[in-house]
Parts: sequence; C-alpha cells; structure tokens
Amino acid sequence: MTTFGLDITAADIVDNLSFFDSWDDRYKYIIDLGKELSPMALADHVDDNLIRGCQSKVWLSSEIKDGRLYFTVDSDAFIVKGLLAIVMAAYNGKTKAEIREFDIQGFFASIDLMRHLSTTRGSGLQSMVARIQSLAA
Amino acid sequence: MSQPLTTLEVEKIRADFPILHQQVNGYPLVYLDNAATTQKPQAVIDALVYYYTHDNSNVHRGAHALSDRATAKFESARKSVADFINAAHTQQIIWTRGTTESINLVAASWGADNLQTGDKVLVSALEHHSDIVPWQMIAEKTGARVIPIPVDNSGTIEMEAFVALLDSRVKMVAVNHVSNALGTINPVAEIIKQAHAVGAKVLIDGAQAIAHWPVDVQAMNCDFYVFSGHKLFGPTGIGVLYGRRKLLEQMPPYQGGGEMIETVSFSGTTFNQLPYKFEAGTPDIAGAIGLAAAIDYLNTLDRAALAAHEDALLAYATKKALAVPGLKVIGTAKSKAAVLGFVIEGTHPSDIGMLLDQQGIAVRTGHHCAQPLMQQFGTPGTVRASFSFYNTFEEIDRLFAALDKIRQLLL
Repeated sequence: MTTFGLDITAADIVDNLSFFDSWDDRYKYIIDLGKELSPMALADHVDDNLIRGCQSKVWLSSEIKDGRLYFTVDSDAFIVKGLLAIVMAAYNGKTKAEIREFDIQGFFASIDLMRHLSTTRGSGLQSMVARIQSLAA
Repeated sequence: MSQPLTTLEVEKIRADFPILHQQVNGYPLVYLDNAATTQKPQAVIDALVYYYTHDNSNVHRGAHALSDRATAKFESARKSVADFINAAHTQQIIWTRGTTESINLVAASWGADNLQTGDKVLVSALEHHSDIVPWQMIAEKTGARVIPIPVDNSGTIEMEAFVALLDSRVKMVAVNHVSNALGTINPVAEIIKQAHAVGAKVLIDGAQAIAHWPVDVQAMNCDFYVFSGHKLFGPTGIGVLYGRRKLLEQMPPYQGGGEMIETVSFSGTTFNQLPYKFEAGTPDIAGAIGLAAAIDYLNTLDRAALAAHEDALLAYATKKALAVPGLKVIGTAKSKAAVLGFVIEGTHPSDIGMLLDQQGIAVRTGHHCAQPLMQQFGTPGTVRASFSFYNTFEEIDRLFAALDKIRQLLL
C-alpha cells in the first residue's frame, strides 16, 4: 500500500498525469491510484462517515496522531475512489495548518481532468474537500 | 405500422439540430440523454431570436403594437398546444414552468379542496420524485395518505394490485405515461377507466411520452395531463398543465400576483378567468412561442415514421446490450419507449458515465429521481441511454464500442 501525502504527493500527481497522452491512460492511472488506498473496514461504512450529495457513495473517516490528520476514504465507484486518492495526496498526514494553507482549487485547476471532474456535483469531490477543511478548521 | 425513417431522412432531420454537429472530448458528440432534455431544432432557436429581436413586450396589458404582437403570438402558442394534445378549449391549457410545477399546482390547489383525513392518493412505484413529493406535501397538510401502486420486476404496473387498491377513499391516481427511468409505457387508458369507476381523478405525467407519439387527452379521458416544453424540443422554463375545465374552474388559484386577478382591493380580490387564474406574474412568453415553434416543426414530420425509427433504435440497442457480458437491462416491460437502462456487474454507473463522456457520448447515470424504484431493483442507480428520432444506428454502435473499451479498463 502507498501512503498518500508521503509516498505520493500532490506534486507527483501533477507530474505523473502530465505524462499521459490519451484519456484511457489517464483514467487507468487514476483508477490504479484508487486501488492503492488503504482499505476502509466495512464497519466504517456508516452514515456518520458518508459524504452526502454524491452520485456514488463516498466515505471519510479521520484520526489525529502527533498533530497530524490521517484519513481513510472509500467509494463504491472506481474513478471517484481514484479522485479521492488524489485528494489524499494533498491532505493525508498533514497538520491542520498545512491543510488550511494548501490551495486545493489551484491544485485541481493545474490538472486538466480534475478541473472538469471537481465541478461535477456527482463526483462528490468538493463535498469531500469541504468536510476535510472543516476538520482542519 | 409506419415505415421507420431511412438513413437519408435521419441525416436530413439531424441537419435541423445544430448542436448535434460538434466534437466532445475529441469525438463527434453522441447525444443519448434525450429523456433528460431534448435538443432544439433551428426553427425553435430562430423563433426565440426573432421574438427578442422584433416582438419582445409584456403580454395582455400593453397599449402598443409590440404588446399586441407578443400577446397574439403567446395566445396562438396556447392554441397550438391545445390542438397538439387535442384539448377541447384553449382555456384548458395553463402555462407553467414545467412538469414539476404543473404537478405541484394540481397537488396544492386541487388537493387543498379535495383531500381529507383518510383519503388516499395512489402513485405508481415508477414515479419520478416530482410525482411523489408534491402529493406527500399536500397529504401532510390534509391528512391524506400517499400509497404506491406496485410494479413487477420488469417495471410493469401490476394492474390487479392497482385495482385491489381502489376504493371510495382514493381521490387521486397519479401515474406517468412513460417511466423516465425504465421507459415502461403505462396502460393509462385502462388506469383512468378503473380509477374513474371509484370516482377518483387521474393525473397523467406525460413528460416522457409527449416527444414520442401523438397524445389525445380527450380520447384518453384523463383529468389532468402535464408535460415540459424542453422534453418536446422546445425551450426550458415552459411547461403545460391540461385540465378538465370543470375541475380547473373549481380549483382555487395556486399563486397570487399580477395577471391572475380581475380586481384587487383591500376589502377583497376577485380572480381572473381560466387560464389566467393560474398564471400569476409575467409568463415565459418566449418559452411559449418557442414551444409552439417546436410543435410546428414536429408537424412538418411524419410522426408515425419518427416513432417507428425510435422503436427500431431501441430494439437494436437492446439486442446489442444483451450480448455484453455482465450487462443487465433494468426495465424489460413489453411496451417501452426508447429508453435503455442498464448496469454492468462489477462497475458503478458513475464510472461508466464518466468514461462514456470521455468518448463523446452523453448519457444519464444515477437514480433518475426515482429512488423508490431503484431500491426495488436493488441498485443505487443505472446508466440510461435514451433515444430520439435524430439518433442513428451508428451512434448505438459507438455506444457499445465505447462500453467494450470501458469494460477492459474497469474489469
């Protein structure tokens, strides 16, 4: 398993995605990122962890260790799970201050594909970001 | 039965729809989201541009030439709609913002006067949320109950169960003519006959039917028929409520404001006649004129041939779907409009929707505002490809080639 935010950073994602010429390679990469996430226990698939307003189901749980926020995320859709992994590359294992200061919209804007998907209400990406930001407030 | 369109005839029709001729994500657009909204022929776009360029004015009040012209076109549009669905009188055509507002109007206005504690409103399990929630809201206020009419696993209304639910406490039966999520064509004439036998009124949600074949509200004998202009190749923001005249006359106004009054004073207000009683505020004048242009356009085509073409598209797509490993068609009623709902084992509808979009193919994914129905089928949602007469067999080939590629990527 890859530790997002440590083994793969936001900058790595931007770099890697710029390699691919075709949409199918880009999506394959994103789907594979999703598969690298640490699995969420089914017992954590509870309403309290569910992010509302997404077309697919998206769950988020978090814990604080040594002043850093660690997240476990999951989705029942492959691509959304990959998008969550990309958000994790930005946020996982960071301090509250780091999360507050990180320009997530600028990060999305720097990736062509995220620019589109992050505004799709059904992707749940912005709801996830809002939840994480409120945890870091 | 009429002959389907030839390839040449479809090409000629496609030329009337400018939006279809574009690239999306590097591929020629394949638009298969017609149940969400239909595209607009040039004639509709031209009518809107002409109206705002030459005639724009407020209706019914102005003491000037522009207002006279706008009013004449606006009222002539009402006549077009009345003729289109064979309503006996133009006063039976109420302009609304769409199907949803039409149902809310009937539920709130008719419901307030006609529903009491212990009364029942029957809605089918196939209904869109907009034909469930307005009834729940008025039921909450009046003490009535909303009861679902069951559908079987093909997505067909269980008529025996429906008849068994009918008794003298059933005051309203609200069903769609065609299911938005599954495409089932409901036996509305029989439903109306049975409901009338116990004295219930019937509202038919025609949103998904109106684009596909001619509707005759008198032959159908419904009490209310509702639809949206934008699903009939017209503009968004305009919709229609047809009602039996006696019922509309008895119903209290829905919203108060300008246009719907006769006289206003602080000691009391008297309301305008039909249809204006239900049309508070400045209406969507351009939308009504645009909708009439869509109807005029459809009347230049052989609608039976269009319907036969859509049937052929659905049959072709269904046959191809059944050959895809792991694909399950959701909605297998015998009688269906051109809607293909499906899921693919091991994938989520949202994955498929996003990856089809990458290949220039527009479909709808999700619960289609029919969550109770999706629960019955044990799925959070489906992928829905919905066809119109401007779609081609080649586009269906593109859909299935794209699905093959997606299966390789995901599975």
